[in-house]
Amino acid sequence: MNGSPDRAVVLDNVTLAYDGNPAVRNLSGAFIRGSLTAIVGPNGSGKSTLMKGMAGLLRPAAGLIRSAGQVGGTIAYLPQHAEIERGFPISVLQTVLLGHWRRIGWTGGATRKLRERAQQALAAVGLEGFERRPVETLSAGQFQRVLFARLIAQDAGLILLDEPLAAVDWRTSEDLLRLIASWQQEGRTVAAVLHDLDQVRAYFPETLLLACEPVAWGPTRDVLMPRNLRRARRVAETWSGNAGHHWTDPESWATPALQRDHRVIENKSGPLWQDGVGSDRSVR
Amino acid sequence: MTLYDLVFGPFAEFGFMRRALVGCMALALGGGPVGTLLVLRRMSLMGDALSHAVLPGAALGFIFGGLSLPAMSTGGAAAGLAVALLSGLVTRLTPLREDASFAAFYLISLALGVLLVSTHGSNLDLLHLLFGSILSVNDTALILIGVVATITLLTLAAIWRPLVVECFDPGFLRAVDGRGGLVHTIFLALVVLNLVAGFQALGTLMAVGLMMLPAAAARFWVRELCTLSAASSALGFASGFLGLLLSYHLDLPSGPSIVLVAGIAYVISVLVGPRASLRTLRLRRRWSPS
Ligand SMILES: Nc1ncnc2c1ncn2[C@@H]1O[C@H](COP(=O)(O)OP(=O)(O)O)[C@@H](O)[C@H]1O
Ligand SMILES: [Mg+2]
Repeated sequence: MNGSPDRAVVLDNVTLAYDGNPAVRNLSGAFIRGSLTAIVGPNGSGKSTLMKGMAGLLRPAAGLIRSAGQVGGTIAYLPQHAEIERGFPISVLQTVLLGHWRRIGWTGGATRKLRERAQQALAAVGLEGFERRPVETLSAGQFQRVLFARLIAQDAGLILLDEPLAAVDWRTSEDLLRLIASWQQEGRTVAAVLHDLDQVRAYFPETLLLACEPVAWGPTRDVLMPRNLRRARRVAETWSGNAGHHWTDPESWATPALQRDHRVIENKSGPLWQDGVGSDRSVR
Repeated sequence: MTLYDLVFGPFAEFGFMRRALVGCMALALGGGPVGTLLVLRRMSLMGDALSHAVLPGAALGFIFGGLSLPAMSTGGAAAGLAVALLSGLVTRLTPLREDASFAAFYLISLALGVLLVSTHGSNLDLLHLLFGSILSVNDTALILIGVVATITLLTLAAIWRPLVVECFDPGFLRAVDGRGGLVHTIFLALVVLNLVAGFQALGTLMAVGLMMLPAAAARFWVRELCTLSAASSALGFASGFLGLLLSYHLDLPSGPSIVLVAGIAYVISVLVGPRASLRTLRLRRRWSPS
């Protein structure tokens, strides 16, 4: 499969499991090089698991994942719940410089060129002048911007983002979405787990709809059809017990909380996922 | 008796006081950064656990080699490393968290140690092992402490960056570098080495005090990682100096005296240090609108 340079990640009948319980089942397909793909699905549908698998942090129980990392490329991965010690005494610039890990390793020094690149990355996320600030003094949105600057510094061919916009304000999420889109223009392959289907429609040409098994994968417009969303929900219900029976309208995925949210504009063209917010869709 | 006699007299007069002072200085050099990292990694109690774990090894060394430094140090280091590796293994292979597996192993180890000493030695020996004695800091001990401090600083220089990153963002380190676990193990080994180096002068139970208390106190004075390490080293050395004087003049055991001085420095830092101490919190509360 190395002979297909147009594919950044190839999934060959992949099953990913925890202690024998599959979280992603029989997934086949490929992320085309330079593609920008959203990964969506109900809570607990295996999105994070798939990201871990592609990042090389979880070995498939069956099937094969061939990603850029294994054919000489590089992967940058932003996990969903980064276990970051926010009170750690480290500056913004130092954090971004970590993105150069491949070049500086354990003991190498950051050259002037690498520093400049880190500063440019900070400028790209709108944090010029924050270089010397300790990260503990940043807001959640600013900190997420720092992590994005570090992703830029990593300069990876394949970028995996697991709910990168979950805890940030509207301004920040718009800025970061534009940044993600610009990465595709630079020829990078990007896959991002998202929950806001409006954002997916606005920024992501491709979508993978996951419900433990793949439901649909292709152009966003085709994937996010009510028919597919209903199917994803049905599959989700089979593993989350009675979750979802509160909704009488099969198309209504929107949470009251999200509908009240100022960023949800009037004529919503499709249903939203609920994740976590209402807590009546708890998995297991 | 002049102030000079009080403060410098004991060191000018007695070789063992000078050796103890140099020993404390070397201990503080390595202990500063190691303690700082322990505090930042939320592993303060792990250091304590490891210090207990050293005991049965040192006791075994004592039983077979008498009050011989090489025997006791080798035994202590072996026991400490065994506990560190075994609890690391249990943490990795089972759902038990690191603190729990550490606690389990150090309790076993401590019980074993006390049992060994109480059946094979006098109470005096046990006291000696637990709380140290400056009289026993001979040239061999000084060399051991110096070697450990050197190894500590050189190793830290080599693994400083992954160590810091593993503490700040372990997920990132795992994703970009597969050797994070190795770094953790090396660090635990450094902790054990420093405890072993300290137990001649301070005793197995007190050695960790010279590592943790200055590091915890330094948090209230400075923010940056390197200044934190340097400040804890300086505080550790000052505690050693004052503690030795105290122990000399009042005829107290050296280990607890040194650690108590460090403890006083810690309490003062909590109360009046310029960073997030009780004083600054009170000031802030007074300013905040209510
Ligand atoms: N570390 C883990 N150990 C065991 N089961 C897990 C673990 N992480 C996730 N799971 C399970 O795998 C399934 C998929 O989880 P996840 O990939 O996190 O879903 P998503 O990101 O789509 O919300 C869930 O049923 C979840 O309970
Ligand atoms: Mg997830």
